[in-house]
Amino acid sequence: MFAKSLRRALCSLLGAAILLGSGISCAGYQLNLTQGATEISHKVYDLHMLIFMICVVVCLGVFAVLIYSIFTHRKSKGAVPASFHESTTVEIIWTTIPFLILVGMAVPATTTLLALENTDDPDMSIQVTGYQWKWKYDYLDDDISFFSTLTTPRDQIEGAAEKGENYLQEVDNPIVVPINKKIRFLVTSNDVIHSWWVPALGWKQDAIPGYINDAWTELKEPGLYRGKCAELCGKDHGFMPIVLIAKTQEDYDAWVAEQKGAKAAEAEAAGKTWTMDELMAKGEQVYTSTCAACHQANGQGIPGVFKPIAGSPIATGPVEGHINRVMNGKEGTAMQAFGAQLSDVDIASVITFERNSFGNNTGDMVQPSDIAAAR
Amino acid sequence: MSTATTHEGHHDHHPTGIMRWITTTNHKDIGTLYLWFAFIMLLIGGAMAMVIRAELFQPGLQIVEPQFFNTMTTMHGLIMVFGAIMPAMVGLANWQIPMMIGAPDMALPRMNNWSFWILPFAGTMLLSTLFMEGGGPAFGWTFYAPLSTTFAPKSTDFFIFAVHMLGFSSIMGAINIIATVLNMRAPGMTLMKMPLFVWTWFITAFLLIAVMPVLAGAVTMMLTDRNFGTSFFSAAGGGDPVLFQHVFWFFGHPEVYIMILPAFGVISEIIPTFARKKLFGYSSMVYATASIAFLSFIVYAHHMFTTGMPVAGELYFMYATVMIAVPTAVKVFNWTATMWRGSMTFETPMLWAIAFVFLFTIGGFTGLMMGVAPADMQYHDTYFIVAHFHYVLVTGALFAIIAAFYYWVPKWTGHMYDEKLGKIHFWWSAISVNVLFFPQHFLGLAGMPRRIPDYSLQFADWNMVSSIGGFAFGLAQVFFLYIVIKTIRGGEKAADQVWEGAHGLEWTVPSPAPYHTFETAPEIK
Repeated sequence: MFAKSLRRALCSLLGAAILLGSGISCAGYQLNLTQGATEISHKVYDLHMLIFMICVVVCLGVFAVLIYSIFTHRKSKGAVPASFHESTTVEIIWTTIPFLILVGMAVPATTTLLALENTDDPDMSIQVTGYQWKWKYDYLDDDISFFSTLTTPRDQIEGAAEKGENYLQEVDNPIVVPINKKIRFLVTSNDVIHSWWVPALGWKQDAIPGYINDAWTELKEPGLYRGKCAELCGKDHGFMPIVLIAKTQEDYDAWVAEQKGAKAAEAEAAGKTWTMDELMAKGEQVYTSTCAACHQANGQGIPGVFKPIAGSPIATGPVEGHINRVMNGKEGTAMQAFGAQLSDVDIASVITFERNSFGNNTGDMVQPSDIAAAR
Repeated sequence: MSTATTHEGHHDHHPTGIMRWITTTNHKDIGTLYLWFAFIMLLIGGAMAMVIRAELFQPGLQIVEPQFFNTMTTMHGLIMVFGAIMPAMVGLANWQIPMMIGAPDMALPRMNNWSFWILPFAGTMLLSTLFMEGGGPAFGWTFYAPLSTTFAPKSTDFFIFAVHMLGFSSIMGAINIIATVLNMRAPGMTLMKMPLFVWTWFITAFLLIAVMPVLAGAVTMMLTDRNFGTSFFSAAGGGDPVLFQHVFWFFGHPEVYIMILPAFGVISEIIPTFARKKLFGYSSMVYATASIAFLSFIVYAHHMFTTGMPVAGELYFMYATVMIAVPTAVKVFNWTATMWRGSMTFETPMLWAIAFVFLFTIGGFTGLMMGVAPADMQYHDTYFIVAHFHYVLVTGALFAIIAAFYYWVPKWTGHMYDEKLGKIHFWWSAISVNVLFFPQHFLGLAGMPRRIPDYSLQFADWNMVSSIGGFAFGLAQVFFLYIVIKTIRGGEKAADQVWEGAHGLEWTVPSPAPYHTFETAPEIK
């Protein structure tokens, strides 16, 4: 793995040296900004290339003069210093020319910005909420709502297993959108500032607690696009990717129906009485995806930052206190109110799991109906 | 030499040993203290950068935990900005400004002592957070609320106090420089005859006085939010997390010019010396510096294009930001015109200065690209910006500081540095720094966010290249430490006029400069 990467790294270096001269693009890694998948992202890309080329031309011009001067006007070649040291005319010329170039650049920049920020008349709206460290999507027109968390296994991250192709860019529930619809995203946050970024859409939008920012997109082709959280949001900032799937209207409608069916099945599951084994199995899943980021897989937490579950007065004390803490969180800490995030089944099973794992053995069992009663 | 000997007679009763350094009010001693403090911080901050690059060498988590990784990026930024670059610039100012304007010392020598001696305590307090329960600050050097308030470790209060102290130190240093420049110039040295290094620092000092209190305000609001139940930055309490960013960047943007303007001054001293030709467009350089300083106050929200600012705000900040390219371009053109048809030699300081002009220009251009708001929607918070600000701060500010060291160290110590080692240091650094930072442009454009301890596989190759460059560049600065010590301990005796083409009052005094210079003011024609 290491030797291979090192060899590839050295090849990249060599490749880049050649590329800078020839401008060929090449597989394996990407040197330039993506063109993206929308009209806006193409405009942003074109603007990027325009300013990039202006910079390259001016830069090469200045560098050419400098390099010529360095090789010609040197004492060892007998150069005698000239005595000129000011010229108002020259100063005015080289103040005016950059100014005019900038004015020229400002025109396409302004039109692109206005188009990018025009969120009027959307066909549908999706609320995107950042959480430490996952995303929540609420389809405001369809009453669909779910969380999207990283699915890359821990042992790939820690190097115990070979890393998969989509290492750190895979999630359990991708956001699904229809093509040819103007979709407005309402971006906000539940805790700290995050930033929702899918490069193929051509923009990122900060998710800020107390604010609802909007942005929009309209995809033309079905496809799968990956993105990441772009604003430092704490420990697992690097581990909350975004996967966006664009579907044709037909497939999208089928997906919506499927989501609604799953919701009904969940309501049914909440009605039945669960066995200890079922609760423990489900609870472990919920714990791994929701709790382990802070409280750690072994329930020990991180001293001074995140409290342990193992032996904690809440997880071994009265059940009511435990339910209250999970559902309502603790203000002023990273412990969120999970009542609004998780289903009755999830909360019941994870509390059961926490009370009977990591050396905690209260023997308590919490049923979904207990959670429903506590709401 | 005779003036120096007579002075030594009745000034010899200053304390010796450690008390000399603790009680000193001499601008040269204090300059030395500042420079050593900055160098130690550079090495500590550099060690943190090595941890970062080592973790990013390969995908996966190998060396440190994510929380500690965030602490490293945070502390690396804070230490380099507040511990290395700013104190190094103040150190250069202390040594050079009195000598360049023909003054015997700084205007406020006791305050000068105090503004230095606050620093080691502030630095220690900042570093001590690493050993506290919960770890050090882990919210980035920009410490955005609410990550730095509600969600931060307990040690954050120590960080806040350290920032307050650093602010005191900077404000006092700035007051001292303004007082010195306005009151202590030798007769005949009008403002428009001052060396450019003095001019750039004079303007920088006003920036410092204007914005350090704003930073103090930001951290004070954080302090009360954290401990006394206020809600300046908490949406839940009716406050506004974006307010923090406005306050921070109103400080933060002028701050980047605080770090680069004195560097412009250094380069404007060095290039004419080795081109043996007067600086082209002296007055336009002064006006360009003042324009950049003015613009720095009215462009700050270009750091916040993705926060959901109204489109009118985005347009204004975009237009204002790209305007900075004009005076900056004027500076680069002036340096180029100074070199044009000069008679150049390429001693170590000149090499660093030329590298500055080339590499700072690259950093300036990427800055221009990011000023264009719609494109910044893609660039923002990626490795593209990491590459940008390292080009302006490392190959910009730091290269200028190193250039200044080689340029003036013969005057400070009386010894020539080893030219061969200086050139090795230069080429080693100049090559490795590009291997380190150039690939980060590719990473950013390809979509790698900043401040992540682990990344997906398409970023693996360039990260490895960047890390290799990083280790080589880090090692080069340890080599620099060897050169510094070697130069202080001995070396070829330096002449008073160290460089053939140098002009300025500092070259009229002996090398090493005596403890007190210009007790009788020189006459400037």
